[in-house]
Amino acid sequence: MKSFRDAAHLIRLAVLFAAGLLVFSVARAALVPKDFGTLGHYRAGAIDDVRAKPIAYAGQKACAECHLDVVDLRAQARHKGIACESCHGPLATHAADPGQMTPARPEARPLCVHCHAANTGKSTRYPIVDVTDHAGDDTCITCHKPHNPKLS
Amino acid sequence: MPGVQGFMYPNEVELQWSILIVLYPYITGLVAGAFILASLERVFNVQAVRPTYRLALLTALAFLLVAPLPLQLHLGHPERSFEMYLTPHRTSAMAMFGFVYMWYLMVVLLVEIWLDYRRELVLAARAAGGVRRWFYRALTLGSDNISPASLAIDDRVGRIVTIVGIPSAFMLHGYVGFIFGSIKANPWWSTPMMPIVFLFSAIVSGIAMVMVLYVVLTWWRKTPIDMRCLDTVAKYLLYAFLVDFALEMLDLVHRIYEADESFRALDFMVHTKLFLSQIVLQLIVGTGLPILLLALTQIVEFAPRTRIRIYLAAGGLTLVGIFAMRWNVVIGGQLFSKSFLGYTTYKLAFATREGLLPAILLMMLPFGILAVLLRILPPWQRSTAGAP
Amino acid sequence: MDTSRRDFLMLGTKMFVMTSAAAAAFEHVLAGAPEAASAYHAAGHWWAMVIDIEKCIGSGHCVRACKLENHVVDEPFYFRTWVERYHVDPLDMDHPAVDSPDGGIDGFPETYPDGRTTGKTFFVPKMCNHCADSPCTQVCPVGATFRTNDGVVLIDKDYCLGCRYCVQACPYGCRYIDPRTRTADKCTLCYHRLTKGLQPACCETCPTGARQIADLKNPDDPIHAFLRSHQIQVLKPQMATGAKVYYSGLDGSVR
Repeated sequence: MKSFRDAAHLIRLAVLFAAGLLVFSVARAALVPKDFGTLGHYRAGAIDDVRAKPIAYAGQKACAECHLDVVDLRAQARHKGIACESCHGPLATHAADPGQMTPARPEARPLCVHCHAANTGKSTRYPIVDVTDHAGDDTCITCHKPHNPKLS
Repeated sequence: MPGVQGFMYPNEVELQWSILIVLYPYITGLVAGAFILASLERVFNVQAVRPTYRLALLTALAFLLVAPLPLQLHLGHPERSFEMYLTPHRTSAMAMFGFVYMWYLMVVLLVEIWLDYRRELVLAARAAGGVRRWFYRALTLGSDNISPASLAIDDRVGRIVTIVGIPSAFMLHGYVGFIFGSIKANPWWSTPMMPIVFLFSAIVSGIAMVMVLYVVLTWWRKTPIDMRCLDTVAKYLLYAFLVDFALEMLDLVHRIYEADESFRALDFMVHTKLFLSQIVLQLIVGTGLPILLLALTQIVEFAPRTRIRIYLAAGGLTLVGIFAMRWNVVIGGQLFSKSFLGYTTYKLAFATREGLLPAILLMMLPFGILAVLLRILPPWQRSTAGAP
Repeated sequence: MDTSRRDFLMLGTKMFVMTSAAAAAFEHVLAGAPEAASAYHAAGHWWAMVIDIEKCIGSGHCVRACKLENHVVDEPFYFRTWVERYHVDPLDMDHPAVDSPDGGIDGFPETYPDGRTTGKTFFVPKMCNHCADSPCTQVCPVGATFRTNDGVVLIDKDYCLGCRYCVQACPYGCRYIDPRTRTADKCTLCYHRLTKGLQPACCETCPTGARQIADLKNPDDPIHAFLRSHQIQVLKPQMATGAKVYYSGLDGSVR
């Protein structure tokens, strides 16, 4: 009994620690999100958060639903492998409600040079030109139609 | 791009970890080192350093309390930092470190200090009045028992706590080294030696800090310096330094010899961007010179006054050198591109969240806390004989 | 032994719970979505990306599309995907000259200022490799970044602390801290599009078809024929990250 009395302060310390652990356990149960750990060490709801992000590019199939004429024209031409939105920009809002948003025509020259300006890194399997030599200051669509660019 | 030489991946140009993350291993290093010095007396019975025992513990506590602050300032969402305790990711060294820190603070340091000071706390509670009485009573956890038997139990338990505390201190700072050393993406950091190098440089910095504090505080109190104590502390500082230096040289020589794909880029970085902080501050001023000074006192017999001055100089240089070491690891690891084709610059602002001003304030804070601790828990009033 | 039996039981239980939970969760979520008819089951997919270096012409359309689709911050510049241009001089093949002006978002300037003509030049699109053994998810202290059951590495923006450990751990430099949310951010493989049967924005807008999304679990996916006829490399294979962006024609000098 005597040694118990002399160690009493250590018992108090132990009780304090136990109380701390208890508070921690309760806080943990209350604060950890309920879906945490169900799929892995993460909040399962995070996947839903990512999936709920809005779409900006509609995708080629959406364009074809209304613009079949352009699709047919391009199908025979050199640019057939390029998605519409690659040049026209993100158009999901237009595809969802065509009347509400009419896309602006992209400015030709700055866009065309991305692919067609001569550059040692580019393949020679498709037309590349030194743009100033080829067209001076003119815009490319002076001569080339983007949907069917080859001059016959 | 301003400040960029060569090629860096676009997302790498801005540094991720700032001076605050340099402070963090520096501060935890001081904690671990101070504690190891304290354990020299408690566990290894180096009686000569007894006068620094309590000071070392309080220094460790003051710095340990400040250690999380640079991290909080750095986080994008400090209000979410408790998530590390709620859902710690067991594969993450950073998450596990949260528990190592908590363990060390609660179970090792606070318990050891409490056990060592309990007698004084009880006496202070009995002698004081008003608010101070309740304050001290709270610190004693309401226990009034300071019989010789209870103090003997304290001593035995305290010794066990210190014994447990030594590997805990190793883990505290070794873990910080592992946080860096386990990143395979970064060749400047990725080495199994990182925890060990960090630990030994921590011991060096902690001993140096306590040594400097001991001299300064004893002067301030106008009491005589225990030269046997000071000489012994300086000796252990030298030993720790020699081991630390050997380890860092081993790492360096190994890198130069193996010369892997990252070597040329790192070598260039050390000779240009890190020249001042690594070659000058860390190696020459912060390691070579203090070792020389300390070694000199072992070979030549100097008068006590001269020795004290040499120790102060060596201690001060050491503290600068170890800070430089942390800087070179953290900042240096981010100045080169992981493509090994380019370098960027660290833009240190002044009065921003992660600027120089908060860094300075955070380094001053532990001294303020220590001043308070020295008042509440004076290391010097000891009722047992044999200690100043 | 007690430990291994317990481990086995834990693993078995986890797999059962995870698979059924995943199936149930996605059924539940898709109940109200337009594409509910073809509900998305994560366990049935294993996403990867194929990048054909010979086809890339450095147009930068992928970089622009990614920024627009995912509202990636413009200033300061960060990129979920970017294009690098390599110039390899035969006399110094270990040290290619690399540039990536604004990540390649406006393509690349026509010629090099010093008019160099020897050696070869090519473009390398870079992005998150959605590593199967991802070092970034390994180091996250709280579980704010993770790999889904279909092989996409994602970030939980509401849980991330912004500690930047994951940014340090990525060998490819694909992660950054979004200054607007002060959390980590990176390519999501356009997961919000994949799960609706659309392809990532970068693949959609690539003019040459150099970037192709691939579902390795789909027996009809063109990647299977591609793998048979091409030789594939990943970036930094020595890091053993299980990177799932497969390059064809990747030069040895690429970092």
